[in-house]
Amino acid sequence: MGAVAEKRNSTAFRDSANKALGLNPQDANISKAYLLVGFIALLLGGLMGVIQGLNRAGVLELPTWLNYYQILTAHGLLLVVVMSSFITIGYFYAGFSHTLGGLLPKVRKMAWIGFGLKIFGFVLVVIPVLMNEASVMYTFYPPMAAHPMFYFGLVFIVLGVWMLAAGAFVNVANWRKNNKGQHLPILAFFGTGVFVLLVGATAIVAVEVIFMIIPWTLGWVDGINVMVSRTLFWAFGHTAVNIWYLTAVSAWYVIIPKIIGGTRFNDYLTRVVVIALVIMNITGGFHHQIIDPGISLSIKYMHVFMSLAIGFPSLMTAYAMFRVFERTGRRKGGKGALGWLRKLPWGDVRFLAPFIAMAAFIPAGAGGIVQSTNQLNQVAHNTMWVVGHFHLTLGMTVVMTFFGISYWLVPLVFKRVLTPAMNKVGVIQTILWTIGMTIMAFSMHAVGLFGSPRRTSFTTYGDFSSTLGWDPYMAAIGVGAVMLAIAGVLQIYAVFNMMFFAPKGKTEFPIADVEPDEAPTPYFTERWGVWVVLMLIVVAMAYVPPLIDMIVNAPPGSPPFKTW
Amino acid sequence: MHLDEKIWLTLSFGMIMVFMLLTGYQTFALGMGPPSHNETIDPQKVDEIAPFNEPGLKQIGENEYELVMTLQLFSFTPMEVEIPAGATVHFTLTSKDVVHGFQIADTNVNAMVMPGHIQKISQTFDEPGEYLVICNEYCGVGHQFMSTTITVK
Repeated sequence: MGAVAEKRNSTAFRDSANKALGLNPQDANISKAYLLVGFIALLLGGLMGVIQGLNRAGVLELPTWLNYYQILTAHGLLLVVVMSSFITIGYFYAGFSHTLGGLLPKVRKMAWIGFGLKIFGFVLVVIPVLMNEASVMYTFYPPMAAHPMFYFGLVFIVLGVWMLAAGAFVNVANWRKNNKGQHLPILAFFGTGVFVLLVGATAIVAVEVIFMIIPWTLGWVDGINVMVSRTLFWAFGHTAVNIWYLTAVSAWYVIIPKIIGGTRFNDYLTRVVVIALVIMNITGGFHHQIIDPGISLSIKYMHVFMSLAIGFPSLMTAYAMFRVFERTGRRKGGKGALGWLRKLPWGDVRFLAPFIAMAAFIPAGAGGIVQSTNQLNQVAHNTMWVVGHFHLTLGMTVVMTFFGISYWLVPLVFKRVLTPAMNKVGVIQTILWTIGMTIMAFSMHAVGLFGSPRRTSFTTYGDFSSTLGWDPYMAAIGVGAVMLAIAGVLQIYAVFNMMFFAPKGKTEFPIADVEPDEAPTPYFTERWGVWVVLMLIVVAMAYVPPLIDMIVNAPPGSPPFKTW
Repeated sequence: MHLDEKIWLTLSFGMIMVFMLLTGYQTFALGMGPPSHNETIDPQKVDEIAPFNEPGLKQIGENEYELVMTLQLFSFTPMEVEIPAGATVHFTLTSKDVVHGFQIADTNVNAMVMPGHIQKISQTFDEPGEYLVICNEYCGVGHQFMSTTITVK
């Protein structure tokens, strides 16, 4: 009895020490490094983005030494692989440190090794991209083959991710050992889900890269199975973007209620949403292959079901968020059907940016449902529609939530405060980004429906009549891209200001409490072992039958091609 | 759980089930499934293997045609096909090198074309005019030039 009480006291002491100090300074350094790299990647990736937007608009002709597809590859990798993942890790490691009472010394070490591996890997990836030896896009579909260094770089990035995931799991396991029978703090619960998914997704792409692509680009084997490599890629590729989405969702459930002065949505349902997103996510990638040859209709139908199923926890989230907003608004005296809306802190960028991000997920999610059903996918597949879709999901829903996070996380880890001036910059930035992204994404969706392809540099197909009708939309895309570039620069200005120039001070880690009268959450939500096994079973159901079919009935393999 | 939450969850679940049933009905009852042909070929010997040794348009019925086509960097073979209005064309496609996309603007024809696989998709062209055929999967530095036309007279 005495020992338990003592342990509880020491935990309580550590917790309150953590609350007072914000973060252990050594742990804060880890987050500092990740956030810094994340926002530098945003600057570079955004620059690539505006060049593309202007090229597609027909305004900017690229010099001969600079290939459109090289820029497109860099844009995708910098933003999807570097920016998103570095901000995610910086945020969750700060979250682990704060909610689990500090990182263990060995976990801190693992985080730095992971950082080193990821940076080293990224340098290996970027060198061939800069030399135009790897203009293969984020998807790097074989038999298009980049320089082997590109793939070795990917391997190191994956190793870095695994190191960080291992660190997260060690810290979580240690906390659970010391807090038997308790629920993992909610932000750490989200973090666990995110790292489970990261390991699951990257394991699949590691198989593709290590066992298929590297031996093939080195000339050890003659041919590659194009369908198998593509299928493995999407099991990873779509999950990767969903991981950043789950990160954004964690801020909606945990952080935003605190910022608006409210309480969290039902803890039990929140944890169920996390578990559902973890179990069902990886199989969702298959809808990228709805119009592929070599996959039977019944398998595709099963995958439509698996892709659509992810919509369910997202719809639950939509309900949960608006419930929290309404509850908080009413408590502050909001009356009538919509009066509570006026009680929300619209002038606070920490709320405004993620709120718009959430709202953007309504059309973004609807577009996702379109793409995961057979017939509609056939209309939209590989057109600008898809580009519009992931600029709404990733570029708006996820990235704007990350921006919102940055206005308290950056001052927190750099021991500074958010000034009213930076808040104003943030609000202007949010509005600009919203308008830019709305113009761009709407134009992309529309012109995609007319048939304009994605991933194509400026062309009118010999002034073909129907493509001329696409031109106004393309011009609008260019306008949107320019606005986004301006907004991106403002965001980076704000981030660097909060890192190095804002007044010193303490910023709170905003984690909302549950409703006081809420029923206790059942303990089964903590059975991560069961959820991982379930995830593996679902992944096996989805992928083993088609992969066996693709391997058994494989055509002769393809040799490598360098086509740029 | 609140009543409105139960209603919302039921509606969400119901909506997804309706999407599923409709997709299944379209796919299996109406035969509107996505292009999923399951037949392989040696991607390095496409030119020697029938029917790709003789790509082109063949009439196979009354106003019904088979168009055997190869996709390669950065062109379609054959280029510039002409068909009469109201013709149904069954496209038989494969790639000789990397992954390509096969899309006809202003129609629902959209299919991935993989090396090593034969892909099939059909379309009836009721409206006369010129149709733009493009590759919609990045295939290399000349990707934006990879297009041809189908003229319906």
